[in-house]
Amino acid sequence: MSPLSLALWTPLACLFVLLALPSSQKTAIKLWANISAVLGLLTMLPLITGYDRSNGGFQFVERAEWIPSLGIQYYIGIDGISLLLMVLTAVTAVVATLSSWEAIQDRLKQYYAMLLLLQVGMLGVFASLDFILFYVFWELVLVPMYFLIGVWGGPRKLYAAIKFFLYTLAGSVLMLLGILTLYSQHWTQFGTPTFEIDALLRLTMPFWMQQWVFWALFIGFAIKVPMFPFHTWLPDAHTEAPTAGSVILAAVLLKMGTYGFLRFSLPLLPQASMDRTIVQVVVGLSLIGILYGALVCLMQQDWKRLVAYSSVSHLGFCTLGIFSLNPNGIAGSVIQQLNHGISTGMLFLIVGVVYERRHTREISEYGGLAHRMPLFATVFAFAVLSSAGLPLLNGFVGEFTILQGAFEANRWWAAMAVPGVVIGAAYLLWLYQRTTLGQITNAKNNHLADLSWRELAVFAPFILWAFSIGLYPKPYFEIIERPVARIVERVRPGYYQDRPPSPALAQAPHAAPHTAQGGAR
Amino acid sequence: MNQFYTPTDHFSLLPALLLALFGCAILMLDFFVLPHPRQKRWLIFFALLGEFFAGLALYRQYRFLEDQSIPALRAFSDGLIIDGFSIFFNAIFVAAAVLVAIISYRYLEVEGEHHGEFYGLILLAQCGMYFLASGTELVTIFIGIELMAVTFYILVGFLRSDRRSNEAAMKYLLLGAFSSGFLAYGFSLLYAITGSTRLPKIAAELAQRPATDPLLLLAIVTTLVGLLFKVGAAPFHMWAPDAYEGAPTPVTAYLSVASKAASVAVLVRLFLGTLAPHRINWEPMLAVAVVLSLTIGNFSALSQTNLKRLLAFSSISHAGYILLGLIAGNRTGLTGICIYLFVYTFMNTGAFLVLISLRQKGMTGDDIDDLNGLIHRSPGHALLMALFLLSLGGIPPTAGFIAKYYIFLSLVETGHYALAITAALFVAVSIYYYFRIVRAMFLNEAGQLLPALPGWGARVGFAVTALATLAIGLYPEPIIRFAGTSLLR
Repeated sequence: MSPLSLALWTPLACLFVLLALPSSQKTAIKLWANISAVLGLLTMLPLITGYDRSNGGFQFVERAEWIPSLGIQYYIGIDGISLLLMVLTAVTAVVATLSSWEAIQDRLKQYYAMLLLLQVGMLGVFASLDFILFYVFWELVLVPMYFLIGVWGGPRKLYAAIKFFLYTLAGSVLMLLGILTLYSQHWTQFGTPTFEIDALLRLTMPFWMQQWVFWALFIGFAIKVPMFPFHTWLPDAHTEAPTAGSVILAAVLLKMGTYGFLRFSLPLLPQASMDRTIVQVVVGLSLIGILYGALVCLMQQDWKRLVAYSSVSHLGFCTLGIFSLNPNGIAGSVIQQLNHGISTGMLFLIVGVVYERRHTREISEYGGLAHRMPLFATVFAFAVLSSAGLPLLNGFVGEFTILQGAFEANRWWAAMAVPGVVIGAAYLLWLYQRTTLGQITNAKNNHLADLSWRELAVFAPFILWAFSIGLYPKPYFEIIERPVARIVERVRPGYYQDRPPSPALAQAPHAAPHTAQGGAR
Repeated sequence: MNQFYTPTDHFSLLPALLLALFGCAILMLDFFVLPHPRQKRWLIFFALLGEFFAGLALYRQYRFLEDQSIPALRAFSDGLIIDGFSIFFNAIFVAAAVLVAIISYRYLEVEGEHHGEFYGLILLAQCGMYFLASGTELVTIFIGIELMAVTFYILVGFLRSDRRSNEAAMKYLLLGAFSSGFLAYGFSLLYAITGSTRLPKIAAELAQRPATDPLLLLAIVTTLVGLLFKVGAAPFHMWAPDAYEGAPTPVTAYLSVASKAASVAVLVRLFLGTLAPHRINWEPMLAVAVVLSLTIGNFSALSQTNLKRLLAFSSISHAGYILLGLIAGNRTGLTGICIYLFVYTFMNTGAFLVLISLRQKGMTGDDIDDLNGLIHRSPGHALLMALFLLSLGGIPPTAGFIAKYYIFLSLVETGHYALAITAALFVAVSIYYYFRIVRAMFLNEAGQLLPALPGWGARVGFAVTALATLAIGLYPEPIIRFAGTSLLR
């Protein structure tokens, strides 16, 4: 079995072992779930070490027939973008599993089973190179998340769970229609049934059809991201989900949408993606999302809801970067996706920590936590600063590169996105001030315990990662350089001939991006 | 041609003959040989034996076509046809009848209405369906429809002491008779226009006619109305919720699966075959019926609290999806119809089977609230129900996804984008009510219902339906081949 399949199916194998454990053995179940998560992370090692940065195409490719008469294959492989997101998934799984040790007390076995199933789905989404395989994993993610929110969630869990499910499903069935259009086009043009991405790249479609497919895919991805008018499921789902569910939602699930744009919309529909109107609409929605999300955060009374809305704002940066359609914008977007997973994941864990102690998320219930929980205050400070984009921490690297890309595309876009950064810092620091600084205003907070060793261990991976990206982002840019160059070259042929290589690319060791297309298949 | 009853005739009639023979024999045996209530259980084996022989006869037909590699075998001077299409549909009927027979046993015991003729009627209904799938002559088709319908009137009212069952049978009978009238009118008009009752001849005559012929238009409208009623498509669906709710649950399953499939078979033969040149006339009408079915079926299901009514409305919406394949009308659409019905047989019967095995004396178990907290009381049933519901909703990797995949693909191929988007969005609506059931089972607090007591029939039934739903979803290749090669010839 090749490393990629191993990484993909290990969580499923662990799931079967978990199901064999008796429900009464709570500690054994918890232990095994954590071991599974670590195993999942270990399976990433061969992918990281074996990944060849100088190759922009798909690596660790595996291909097998699945449903030959429909042309559906088990066809997986990764490039730098998917590699980073898969590693993010594995790390998030470790963190989410460990963070549930105390928080989840009933129906343990089902809970951890859902986490593992979710992990399979997420990894599959990032590894699939066959469009239907991708779709199957995409839908597979919905069911466990529905149960995570619906069974172990907050007071309005039932409403939030079904809202999440229906929103995403409505988007994804439209996406399916787009996929089927591509498929039937391939069938009429080449006479073979296939859902392979690289085969679908050969299609020549009339512009109206590209537009239709683009919008069909767009709705599916935009709901998942979520982009501005489609975001209303997110605050509910995030707020009501258990901590681990929120962390996974924020860190990985939302990235499935942005990943979809990068992997499918841009390369498969280059003319539509370049179209002025489409770009303006999508960028417009991103900018609205950035500003609107940030402004709404200022209004929130609920700690978790605030963090949820901050996702809308941050993901707006990601889509803005993607539709700047230049290397800086896209690379920044990928890095920012990683960063958002780390920093927002931490913020949700922070809410989880206090919620476990006080069982309320009202910001006004807290104040002066630093006096009783100094460790907590420190970790929280890191999370806030990382999310606000302070230099030396990870958030800065992504946002800066995206703004660079946006500036290159249209300086007004960058100008309009910058207030988002400012308001971002404002609501995060204000949140920190209201909850953690000052005097203890609420007597109930007088006896709160500080972070335990287990809780510190939960935060450790994210904090370390945040620093490593902030201090030395070069390896991350190197990993995604070629894949990003491929996408740009595909959408804007001749981009690299027309202008000097940008600084981020020039410093990379193998800077000859226009040849990357050759090594694609 | 001149010979009265040729070996070919016999060969093509054999499955129906066997079904009728065993069906009537069960009625006799029940009355004369096994009158004691405790002996009724032997009749089910007799019924299964009949299905076995009928299935064998069908398989021989299938082998014959394969070995001779001929597309079709015509018998009774173009009155019957044996082709891949008829064999595929008859396979669905056999599967449905066998499943219904084995799951009825415990249900009838619980209801205290275990009468032997139940099994006989199931076989006789299937005999009628045989003529719907194989008939190419209007009178044959009409008699098939009536044979099927009349047995269903009895079956729906089988719970003699239950008022709802009686009411359902009455409603179904009155409305059914009305729709049969429409159908007879349409068929007679077709005969009046063309001077023949045989479909090949009618097709040849109709091809000469202009599309604007008012008589032809009237014939198309009345035929379509009659058949849409049988399929349970809106706006002729009024009978379905009441009949489904009142009927014994195994009959509901049979009605929603096999009766629907049989009527769709006639629709396909008539409209994609005989009336294909006049598509311009019937396509808009059918499109209206589809959109209405999707809308009424899905939106009405949202507010139902009775599970059988909910599944009735969902089956109206499924009729809409199936008819979409007819609107697309290409090879993908036709394959889609076949696969959809095949898959629907298993997933829908499975869902009803869960309801059946939860039913206990003095306790209906038909309300959504009755399923509250089922995961705690009998996790197996809850998981199976979730599987069937996911499949009904079309979520991969279950069989329902493959069915919807084909329907959507056929629409996209033929450029029916607006219909495709409508149908796709209704998938999301349908998930809302399917997940109301899931929510009750998994998320709500436990209710009062006792744990289910599965009998052997339920065990076999669950094994078959769940396996088919999962296996077709994960590896649909064999069924696609079967459907594809059947239709190719």
